[in-house]
Amino acid sequence: MTTTSLTQSRCAGRAGDKVFSGAALAAGCLILAVLFGVALFLVVQAIPALVASPDKIQGGEGFFAYIWPIVIGTLIAAVIALVIATPVAIGVALFISHFAPRGLASGLGYVIDLLAAIPSVVYGAWGAAFLAREISPAYDWLANNMGWLPIFQGPASATGKTILTAGIVLSVMVLPIITSLSREIFLQTPKLHEEAALALGATRWEMIRMAVIPFARPGIVSAVMLGLGRALGETMAVALVLSSGALTASLIQSGNQTIAAEIALNFPEASGLKVSTLIAAGLVLFIITLGVNMIARWIISRHKEFSGAN
Amino acid sequence: MTSTLTPVRKRSALTKGQLPKFAPYVVLALALVVGAAILAVVGFNAFGWGIVSAILFTAGLVGWSAAVEGGRKAKDKLATCLVVGSFLVALLPLISVIWTVLVNGLPGLLDPGFLTTSMNGVTGAFDNKSVEEGTPVVGGIYHALLGTIQITLLATVISVPVGLLTAVYLVEYGEDRPLARAITFFVDVMTGIPSIVAGLFAAAFFFAVVGPGTKTGAVAAVALSVLMIPVVVRSSEEMLKIVPNELREAAYALGVRKWRTILRVVIPTAISGIASGVTLAIARVIGETAPILVTAGFATSINNNVFSGWMASLPTFIYTQILNPTSPSSPDPSSQRAWGAALVLIILVMLLNLGARLIARAFAPKTGR
Repeated sequence: MTTTSLTQSRCAGRAGDKVFSGAALAAGCLILAVLFGVALFLVVQAIPALVASPDKIQGGEGFFAYIWPIVIGTLIAAVIALVIATPVAIGVALFISHFAPRGLASGLGYVIDLLAAIPSVVYGAWGAAFLAREISPAYDWLANNMGWLPIFQGPASATGKTILTAGIVLSVMVLPIITSLSREIFLQTPKLHEEAALALGATRWEMIRMAVIPFARPGIVSAVMLGLGRALGETMAVALVLSSGALTASLIQSGNQTIAAEIALNFPEASGLKVSTLIAAGLVLFIITLGVNMIARWIISRHKEFSGAN
Repeated sequence: MTSTLTPVRKRSALTKGQLPKFAPYVVLALALVVGAAILAVVGFNAFGWGIVSAILFTAGLVGWSAAVEGGRKAKDKLATCLVVGSFLVALLPLISVIWTVLVNGLPGLLDPGFLTTSMNGVTGAFDNKSVEEGTPVVGGIYHALLGTIQITLLATVISVPVGLLTAVYLVEYGEDRPLARAITFFVDVMTGIPSIVAGLFAAAFFFAVVGPGTKTGAVAAVALSVLMIPVVVRSSEEMLKIVPNELREAAYALGVRKWRTILRVVIPTAISGIASGVTLAIARVIGETAPILVTAGFATSINNNVFSGWMASLPTFIYTQILNPTSPSSPDPSSQRAWGAALVLIILVMLLNLGARLIARAFAPKTGR
């Protein structure tokens, strides 16, 4: 190795290259480390609650007796949110991608994106102060006329602060997620398929049913899964709207609780084993949402390989 | 169209079996009138009028179409009505939320001293007095505003370098290696982490490293970074990808090192998009409540040090004022403060969103298309 001034300066440049690419690589690895760390620290802090004797856990019957009602509550709230949000979101996405006048479409898309911009605590405040009050007459009606269904069993909550209200607020929050993803996928439909359907005399709805929906079905499924992930983990809407309690089948009475709201309501004042219990609950939530999100991403990535059709 | 082709004004054979152009308007007018009549019997309200009219409009138009045009066209009309209807339904909560916040928040915001005082020393006695004797509501959001700005700023300082460098790795060095694919996948997964789990992670991390019960602004900033990094990575990656390869190749051809090419050519070209992505990421985390609640606690006084002591923020201020009013017997002043803070928070988020759009539009890179 001869060290001329020329190669020396190149060495300096090479060092810069090494440092910079090393820093970029380190940043990438840091992200993997953080995700791994999230799991690790949650597990470490949760272990005391998992191994503690059952009578020390809140409720006195051990961690699993404590966690399963709020897991069910979380699922109920998320399912309500999806049942309401999915058809509306697909409708909105179709409206923006195929029905709205071209010039208006992007503006209308931005209006729907505004829904995603509103902070969750504001939705919670809105649900607690406005929606719960306005909707409680409807719950009375449901209890009187559909009370034979277990989910509408009366007496309805007088304040309207029920799991159904929380689910409706959640549905507003997941709507923009499902809408924006479905819209992207509807817009990716091969133009030739659409034009072929129209040329054969299909009406617009028949074109959508025959060309757009079959193409977009995996995308819609994953969009709904991502919405589910959001609905499962959403805290404030439930913490502020729901007056929580034991697990009940009726959606229009107060009662039920979700993991995220349980943590938010109790963590600030918690100490000792209670902290571990709540962190363990967070770990359960993390595992559920991680599973849902990974399945959704897997569907999307599998779909990507086939979308070369356009 | 056909009327311009045929000078004689009569239904052409081509338009036979079609509804006239004015059909939707006629049905809409009829639906509104009949809807108003039905509601007048039951008891009038605007919301019910809208719903009933929409149902009548759909039924009327689809029925007419089925009679004149046949089943296929009628189905098409029904689908159109449902799709447009779902869009209008989606607008309802947006309008309702913004209206509720404006109506409830303006009195609080217009209160003198709302933006410049903290809640330090404000007790339930003041609130009771203001309800009973009508004195102005005291206390404000200065401490919460300050806390939000400090926590968000620290989170940005942590997230932007990490996120930007990761995006650089993915675009410039990754070359579809297994590690790059893993990072892309897990960044996507990370966007789905519930915000409260991010908060618990930061809390658990600091509990383990610093000591149990560590709650400071810095812990909250770490929690927000976990939420912010994936957003920054995603948007920066998209922006770096659309930098034309010719620019890189021109730099390499001039003998410029790769790292200097990235720093001097690639990033400056994409900087507007990156900046707007970062602004959107800030807008996303500035409204997060749950992670701050479990990591920074809530304070009533001004805290200028993110590294020690509990710290207030706008979202947690709203949350605590609603859930635990300063004076449990008369919660109205607390809810007035909460709505005022909500209005300030929404204005902040909207300004950030608007700013991001302006940045992106003003300095949009020319892609040559």
